[in-house]
Amino acid sequence: MSAVIAGHDEHHGHGPEKGILRWIVTTNHKDIGTLYLVTALAMFFVGGAMALVIRAELFEPGLQFVEPQFFNSMVTMHALVMVFGAVMPAFVGLANWMIPVMIGAPDMALPRMNNMSFWMLVAGLLLISSTLFMEGGAPAAGWTFYPPLVLQTGNALPFAVFAVHLLGISSIMGAINIIATIFNMRAPAMTLMKMPLFVWTWMITAFLLIAIMPVFAGAVTMLLTDRFFDTSFFDAAGGGDPVLYQHIFWFFGHPEVYVMILPTFGVASTIIPVFARKPLFGYTSMVFATATIAFLSFIVWSHHMFTVGMPISGELYFMYATMLIAIPTGVKVFNWTATMWKGAMTFETPMLFAIAFVVLFTMGGFTGLMMAIAPTDFQYHDTYFIVAHFHYTLVPASIFILMAATYFWLPKWTGHMYDEKLGKLHFWLSAVSVNILFFPQHFLGLAGMPRRIPDYAVQFADWNMISSIGAFIFGFSQLLFLYIVIKTIRGGTGERVTSEVWEDARKHGLEWTLPSPLPYHTFSTPPTKIPTEHLGGH
Amino acid sequence: MTRLPEKKNRSLVIKLAAIAVGMFGFGYALVPLYDVFCQVTGINGKTDTVAAANLDYEVNKDREVTVEFITSLNKMAPMEFAAETKKLRVHPGEFHTVNFYAKNKTDKTLVAQAIPSITPGPAAEFFKKTECFCFSQQTFKPRESKTMPVRFVVNPDLPDRYKTITLSYTFFDITDKPKT
Ligand code: HEM
Ligand SMILES: [Cu+2]
Repeated sequence: MSAVIAGHDEHHGHGPEKGILRWIVTTNHKDIGTLYLVTALAMFFVGGAMALVIRAELFEPGLQFVEPQFFNSMVTMHALVMVFGAVMPAFVGLANWMIPVMIGAPDMALPRMNNMSFWMLVAGLLLISSTLFMEGGAPAAGWTFYPPLVLQTGNALPFAVFAVHLLGISSIMGAINIIATIFNMRAPAMTLMKMPLFVWTWMITAFLLIAIMPVFAGAVTMLLTDRFFDTSFFDAAGGGDPVLYQHIFWFFGHPEVYVMILPTFGVASTIIPVFARKPLFGYTSMVFATATIAFLSFIVWSHHMFTVGMPISGELYFMYATMLIAIPTGVKVFNWTATMWKGAMTFETPMLFAIAFVVLFTMGGFTGLMMAIAPTDFQYHDTYFIVAHFHYTLVPASIFILMAATYFWLPKWTGHMYDEKLGKLHFWLSAVSVNILFFPQHFLGLAGMPRRIPDYAVQFADWNMISSIGAFIFGFSQLLFLYIVIKTIRGGTGERVTSEVWEDARKHGLEWTLPSPLPYHTFSTPPTKIPTEHLGGH
Repeated sequence: MTRLPEKKNRSLVIKLAAIAVGMFGFGYALVPLYDVFCQVTGINGKTDTVAAANLDYEVNKDREVTVEFITSLNKMAPMEFAAETKKLRVHPGEFHTVNFYAKNKTDKTLVAQAIPSITPGPAAEFFKKTECFCFSQQTFKPRESKTMPVRFVVNPDLPDRYKTITLSYTFFDITDKPKT
């Protein structure tokens, strides 16, 4: 294959280590990608189990199964586990597997740091999970950690804060690695404006992460010193202000939600052209829309705080700024639709998930716009309406695209084909149940049901029951996903997949020019010919 | 091209790490920035915590503003706390005094700090206090009760759209954590 040049990374030129040690010391981007993806899948089930505790309790009014305090812990931990344990690591996993391959690089730029950031993630996740068993219980003040409530957390508070530090450092190291890889490791023929959109969106996401994770780390550090070292950042008695926390948090928090959606956009832009058998529509506008969204995400944070008592000028500014985001977002939805327009479409499982993403994400965007209108947000704020909003933008968007990505690339990674029948079954079960689960929450919110409560008035009973039924169908359907993935890894349908896997995929990305399964080392010599279909032209 | 661009990586990593460290600092910088921003714009109901001096307003007899007084205790501070007047109609420019009553319900000495807040926030800069128990910490001997005056004036420049101003005080028990 490749010539080994002196002084070069020692792992090059031979296969993986034997046994368990392979996974602990590995610096191979594919191994690390697998570690991230497996961790994310495991945490997806942990967070899902917590969600089912929540939905079981809310199945009927009254207190059935859990104490209110534990219920609140579940709400908080579900969010933390899903955001920091499932969605973010899953995209880092995809980045590890795909970015080097997509840009014709032999590995990530900083392989050792790559390994370290993964194990730091594991440490952070273990630390935050350990709080479940502590005196006073896990954090229960919501994933937003608002003071003064969060300062009433028991022994768990410092552990949660350190966990956030670890998760933050891990994300920042991952982000630095991704930027370094994209800047310094591209094949010479892979110019910036030829990069696949997944690479573009991840690069922009990485910059977001470097800018915001430290701010979050700072905010929780202030909580820590307020609680233990007599500072008064957020304590009114000492001249502080709890609303200040909300500003700092949402300065991080709003871009954070885009950290979870921008790579989603990238994967969608990769999958849709392949199954529409057309070039991507509007490559350049996709790149600029992504950058615009990222920029705007820094100047809209107070739309989470319309009800704190801002002056009218503040409400108006944040209202209009937030609405602006709908423009680049609309450009993207338009481009995906235009890509499919008059395409020779086929509906394999990845495409089904991608189409569902376009439709259902748009619905989440619309409810976002409704809440962006400051006077109406007074009604929606902290109700189930916002719960419906962000679950539409996260579950049938980010999560669906992660599923789509798995079906799309798993044959490439393993060399085995997944069971298309089961995949479609998984899709339909998920797509139908996710709507049974979240659509009624719009009605509940409009009728006034507050979020983060274990019990509710009886007029909310019917929609809650339906929502809970949807939740259980959705949750258990994901076991089917697990089964399909394991089965594929172990040989799948037995069908041999070609290097392209999907018809004419070779035109859409470098990964499809390599053999399936992807060899342990790829692109030791950089490719010279770059596919162009993803650029929207020939 | 199997040569890894070690040098390029190092300088890029240093730059990016510097951004991360800088953003950590930026998070902290938001704290004073926020206060400055609130002071300049007068939002957030942050009202002065030192006595206003040299106020010389012309009384506007044609206009009346309702001033309401609210009291509360933080985290069950062991006190009684109430305003003797709940509501007052005042002419802008006119000085008024309202008495507040507070009592230490314990057998120990108690140090408390009252934190004022004004609603609506943008009216805060037009509400001036020349005397207030909130300007300093209050020490209560066991079971001691105090009557404490607040002297204030509403600046006649208060925009017409404000008809009611609510002044709220929260007493915080800071016996264990007295600030110097
Ligand atoms: C057109 C795009 C969007 C707009 C206009 C928008 C607008 C909003 C607004 C105004 C709120 C605050 C509502 C309230 O607290 O009353 C909100 C909350 C939220 N949004 Fe969005 N949003 C958009 C897209 C997204 C996306 C893409 C995601 C995530 C992938 C997302 C995730 C969230 C989350 C997690 C919250 C709730 C945070 C919390 O309070 O816990 N949003 N959104
Ligand atoms: Cu937001």
